[in-house]
Amino acid sequence: MSAQLALLPEYLTAHVQLTLLALLCSAALSLPLGVAVTRVRWLEQPVLGLAGVIQTIPSLALLAVMVPLLASMQLQSIGFLPAFIGLTLYGVLPILRNTVTGIAGVDPALQEAARGVGMTPRQRLWRVELPLALPVIIAGLRTATVWTVGIATLSTPIGATSLGNYIFSGLQTRNYAAVLVGCVASAGLAMVLDGLVRMVEVGLRTRRRRLVGVATTITVGLYVFTAVTLAAPLFSNADRPVMIGAKGFTEQYILASLLDQWVERETGRPTAQRQSLGSTVAFDALAAGDIDIYVDYSGTVWAHLMGRTTVGGDRETVLAEVRAFLADEHDIHVAATLGFENAYAVAVRAIQAEAMGLTRISDLVPLGPTLSMGGDFEFFSRQEWVAIRDTYGLTLSNQRTMDAALMYEAIAEGAVDLISAYTTDGRIVAYDLRVLEDDRGAIPPYDAVVLVSARLARDWPDVLAALGRLEGMIDVESMRSMNLRVDVDGIDPSTVAAAFITTLGDSR
Amino acid sequence: MIELQHLTKRYGDQVAVSDLSLEVTEGELLVLLGGSGCGKTTTLKMINRLIEPSAGSVRVDGEDVSQLDTHELRRRVGYAFQQVGLFPHLTVGENIGITPSLLGWTEDAIRHRVDELLALVELDPETTRDRDPSELSGGQQQRVGVARALAAKPRVMLLDEPFGALDPLTRGRLQDSFIRIRRDLGVTAVFVTHDMVEALRLGDRIAVLDHGRLVQVGTPGTLLREPADDYVRQLLDTPRREARLVDALLSHGPGPDSR
Ligand SMILES: Nc1ncnc2c1ncn2[C@@H]1O[C@H](COP(=O)(O)OP(=O)(O)OP(=O)(O)O)[C@@H](O)[C@H]1O
Ligand SMILES: [Mg+2]
Repeated sequence: MSAQLALLPEYLTAHVQLTLLALLCSAALSLPLGVAVTRVRWLEQPVLGLAGVIQTIPSLALLAVMVPLLASMQLQSIGFLPAFIGLTLYGVLPILRNTVTGIAGVDPALQEAARGVGMTPRQRLWRVELPLALPVIIAGLRTATVWTVGIATLSTPIGATSLGNYIFSGLQTRNYAAVLVGCVASAGLAMVLDGLVRMVEVGLRTRRRRLVGVATTITVGLYVFTAVTLAAPLFSNADRPVMIGAKGFTEQYILASLLDQWVERETGRPTAQRQSLGSTVAFDALAAGDIDIYVDYSGTVWAHLMGRTTVGGDRETVLAEVRAFLADEHDIHVAATLGFENAYAVAVRAIQAEAMGLTRISDLVPLGPTLSMGGDFEFFSRQEWVAIRDTYGLTLSNQRTMDAALMYEAIAEGAVDLISAYTTDGRIVAYDLRVLEDDRGAIPPYDAVVLVSARLARDWPDVLAALGRLEGMIDVESMRSMNLRVDVDGIDPSTVAAAFITTLGDSR
Repeated sequence: MIELQHLTKRYGDQVAVSDLSLEVTEGELLVLLGGSGCGKTTTLKMINRLIEPSAGSVRVDGEDVSQLDTHELRRRVGYAFQQVGLFPHLTVGENIGITPSLLGWTEDAIRHRVDELLALVELDPETTRDRDPSELSGGQQQRVGVARALAAKPRVMLLDEPFGALDPLTRGRLQDSFIRIRRDLGVTAVFVTHDMVEALRLGDRIAVLDHGRLVQVGTPGTLLREPADDYVRQLLDTPRREARLVDALLSHGPGPDSR
């Protein structure tokens, strides 16, 4: 718990930055737009319609869509910017709709009185319509505030640090203390911000200047804090930290911590992590230079980025072709091959394997229509699954997509017969599962490779060299046992990584 | 001072005001009289362009109002609404001071004027100034509405049943004050009322409308002596009829044939 709380200042600050700036921009967009809509009547339907459509996009998808969208515009495509834009769009509707409803709901007799005493259209807006619509507008602002704080936790997979870091990594590594801290902090923040907005409203309504003053001062203070913390890195002349990325599963958290500590120890450079990135987000971020290092797997690059489906490529050939492809097409470099493979595999409970005589994927084919399979979020849409299905002609009764951490529970309880497993996963041992042999070589090899950005390769030769010294240093047993210690024993990934690094000794 | 020429307002097929021509000379008070829905409010609102006429024209102080900036025009013309329309988010004092503040008066001048007007409409400035309009009775709100119309010392005023919700005694006293102010400031006014005594008392001339048309216009004496038709006769006879009713009640007590 205290290890989790130590991360709170960083995550909370990032969350506050994102939320407050997004809310400010939502309001800055939707208030004038709402006013414009009440002036130019024909705008109302299209504008509210568009805002409504944006709202119906699931929030996670809306945030994820920002990544390719910004990349196509040559802008920072992961991290703060896409999360900020997504959240801003999400906050527009409640404020916009309430501004329109609030102004339209002003008593026509008062609108007329405002004209009758000699107000210009602008004076009518500021002196009568907005003040009278204020309670409704504030209600919209409060809705937007609570939504934005909540949805901001979903910016973690697109590379923006937030309280979601607790929740995503906590769920993956079964660290429920982390999940709890994340949820409580985000709920608390939502309550505080909502309370501030409410205080302003009550203060204005009951003409309590002091209440408005206090709430405004706190709000301004939070914005100043946001501005200062956002601007600080721009003015500090410290080196930009070496940014290490991690996708959202246990092994990636461990490896990111391991690389983080290793680089820091070997080069003395400051480091930082971007955790829980979506699979393609991590690669795009590296290509765009938003992160400098992350670990991927040769087969993933082979099947996904190169679109290769050739069955039975051997380890060396695949690695060589991947290396050449990454360098030529993306200016991304392989700094080291860690020494283990983490292949996708099909796993079954050991007792069921024995009872049914299953050892190879081929053995599943006649039984296929009676079997159900659980896969992680990506599995059934990946090339590897297509290759397995087509190579073996495998049909199943039922395919269910679920969270990787829950997949193991599901098979243990017999809710599914098969799952997509990773060969380094400690839970294969812990849950007494058997990995079926890919006897027809449908799945490519998956060597763990440390990928680095062009900039790192060019500007930081010391880091490149340090990473090079990890070549072949982690074998599959080591990786599996590290995964096991996190997933089953509940030890923190950075602790596990630190313990491993001490076994490497001083390589210099 | 105010000239209406062939003023007409149509809502679809329905005619609210039909070919109305009238003149109100400087310093004169014209009472608009007529049954409910006959077009009095519509006429009043066309004068300061809260409603745009379908045809005809309005001149105020020699200027065609359709050529003026609406807000400039309305700041010069005090308007007391039939529905009062006080702003609920402003205090009583802020409501009264609104037109002066739009005209850029100093805060001191506005505060002074607000207190003066509150006293004039018989509300205690100290206890009323900073209250919310919703805390006042209907009659008190109506008085604030009149004070608001008077605030910027307009030379032209449009008043739509300004004393309708008041008890007879207060009404009588406010009528007196109003007569006094009008004399002092030389205000030109159009005044809508249903109260015949009020019409006779305040009006220099009375215009009777029926279904959007002008039936007769003239001094109270003319209308009493030479009513243009039965409708005008009955209307103008109301106070005397009521007085007879009171007399009858006093001498015989209430009865079925007390008329
Ligand atoms: N916006 C409108 N749309 C359609 N008809 C209207 C509108 N405003 C007024 N009218 C009609 O115009 C006619 C005149 O209305 P107006 O408000 O001028 O009457 P009034 O003489 O002030 O009546 P009252 O004494 O009841 O206040 C009425 O028949 C009314 O129904
Ligand atoms: Mg009326």
